[in-house]
Amino acid sequence: MTPRLVTLDREDDFEGWRNAARSLAASAVPAHQVVWQVGDQRTDLFAGAPVDLATTRPIMVPGDFVRIARCALLHSEPQRFALLYDLFLKVLDRPSLVRDRTDGLVHKVGALSQAVLRDIHKMQGFVRFREVQEEGVCRCVAWFEPDHHILRASAAFFVNRFAAMTWSILTPKGSLHWDGGRLLEGPPARRQDGPDADTVEAVWKTYYAATFNPARLGTRAMMREMPGRYWRNLPETSVIRDLVSGSAPKSGR
Amino acid sequence: MAQLDLSEKLAILADAAKYDASCSSSGGARRDSRKGKGIGSTTGAGICHAYTPDGRCISLLKVLLTNSCVFNCQYCINRAGSNVRRARFTVRELVDLTIDFYKRNYIEGLFLSSGIIRDPNYTMEQLIDVARSLRQDHHFHGYIHLKTIPDADPDLVTRAGLHADRVSINVELPTDPGLRDLAPEKSRDRIEGAMGRMRGAIEDGKDARRRFRSAPAFAPAGQSTQMIIGADAATDRDIVSRAATLYDRYGLRRVYYSAFSPIPDAGSALPAGRPPLLREHRLYQSDWMMRFYEFSPDDLAAALDPLSGMLPLDMDPKLAWALRRRDCFPVDINRAPRTLLLRVPGLGPRAVQSILAARRWHTLRLEDVARITVSLTKIRPFIVTADWRPTLLTDRADLAALVRPRATQLDLFSR
Repeated sequence: MTPRLVTLDREDDFEGWRNAARSLAASAVPAHQVVWQVGDQRTDLFAGAPVDLATTRPIMVPGDFVRIARCALLHSEPQRFALLYDLFLKVLDRPSLVRDRTDGLVHKVGALSQAVLRDIHKMQGFVRFREVQEEGVCRCVAWFEPDHHILRASAAFFVNRFAAMTWSILTPKGSLHWDGGRLLEGPPARRQDGPDADTVEAVWKTYYAATFNPARLGTRAMMREMPGRYWRNLPETSVIRDLVSGSAPKSGR
Repeated sequence: MAQLDLSEKLAILADAAKYDASCSSSGGARRDSRKGKGIGSTTGAGICHAYTPDGRCISLLKVLLTNSCVFNCQYCINRAGSNVRRARFTVRELVDLTIDFYKRNYIEGLFLSSGIIRDPNYTMEQLIDVARSLRQDHHFHGYIHLKTIPDADPDLVTRAGLHADRVSINVELPTDPGLRDLAPEKSRDRIEGAMGRMRGAIEDGKDARRRFRSAPAFAPAGQSTQMIIGADAATDRDIVSRAATLYDRYGLRRVYYSAFSPIPDAGSALPAGRPPLLREHRLYQSDWMMRFYEFSPDDLAAALDPLSGMLPLDMDPKLAWALRRRDCFPVDINRAPRTLLLRVPGLGPRAVQSILAARRWHTLRLEDVARITVSLTKIRPFIVTADWRPTLLTDRADLAALVRPRATQLDLFSR
């Protein structure tokens, strides 16, 4: 049998993956016979027949699987579509498998999903808006570099929180623009596309420095929760060096 | 005195607030600003926006309205007799600062406390006015935590709950003699009286919401408190039992522990030197054992050193408990009920959930357990699986030495 080729529209194209997975499963195509790719970038030169996405009758899988798959699919791991299809077939065979975290495949997919959730959580915390004036109107613009394909999945959080503001979030994988009523998607951006300063940042750094308690110095916990790769987009991290060097352990008083 | 600018005030009033341990923004109702004007949302789970080099997170803008205080609590940097610089925010300044920070996604909201100026009622009114202005003038839907003053009018204290997600009243010191010696103007009866009234108001609020959907939310994230650790002679036994009583009697969401940090210009009744961070960490672990691992305060007693009444510092209290209660082990991973699985050192609530789900379908082997736990070495002496039985290990006299973590610099993450 020639391998089947599935072309997804986007890196986070869950609907596309699900439709393809249903069709493939309906024709009992085994996981190793499918090549997954996004857009035109060929992942396997010898892959053949495209999949016919004729509608098949809906296939039922446990809600737990859909939840985990939706998250894991956003991971930057190139093998994620194949892993998920492999798990999909196994879960069709035995629905309870998805709750068995001692299973190697469930464990692996679960870890992808966890990493994505963590990335989303970090984005919610670490996006930093800078205010710019655009024809007399304020717009808040942030530059952020997520690890995974989470931009679209994170949009609702920022819309719900900053609904009355106008804002943009720029990332290397795409951008979001909210005008107070509509959300528009834009192309990938570069760091220099965003503003490089904000007047409130100096006040924020003052707060950051003052709330630090030098008697409790513990940089390891800080590094674990705020790894170095985030630092260049967090203005407050520029004062860390001074805070730490000024806080050598004091022996008594 | 020269006029302080906003930045100078912030530096003083954030420095003065940093000894409060709580920065939590979790447990509130879900809200957003999709409908109408205003700004902000709460998701129910807290979000940490930054971490400082002390390893603690910044979730809320944690400041005092003023650090002037008529009280003279020995452990407090802001006490009347201390010579720190004093500052005071206006309500307007604090409201604007909160909104400015929030708009830039620096914070989840505000944690506001204050020294007592003029009298408790006046101070409480000022705190409430900040929260009221945020909610009503700016339609702020972010998180607000108000520290309430037990000596203020009960009406005022309960009014705080109408604007705040969480309210808290600090018990300050774990024992009565500690409070008498170090905070002579405070009284346990007044503190606990206010906590009792707050519990009543929170429950009434929930009740009203059940009956009328339009009833206003009242402190939906409940109330919490804080005790200072290491400033008085309290043992861990005293602290654990006090915390258990507080959870039980006042329906608290959290009891926070704050290792006493030496403060500039300290009173003479206080210990000098580094804060007991490891002790604070062990107390938090004992708190988790009661909240998430179904240990009762009586169960927990086995983890304490019988003579000193202290938790060991060289291992976590769950491991200490297991080493003292070897009669409970090994636990059969394939048969034991949930409560016993939760007692195995190295098995958390999530791993236990995974074991319960998995063993409905197949018998678990050691390699299965390895996939859902962090360290097999740590838990192996305490469990039985289809292919593993630690008969000899639990009888070994040197078991403690085998499983105790090596004495390296421990990570002090307190929350």
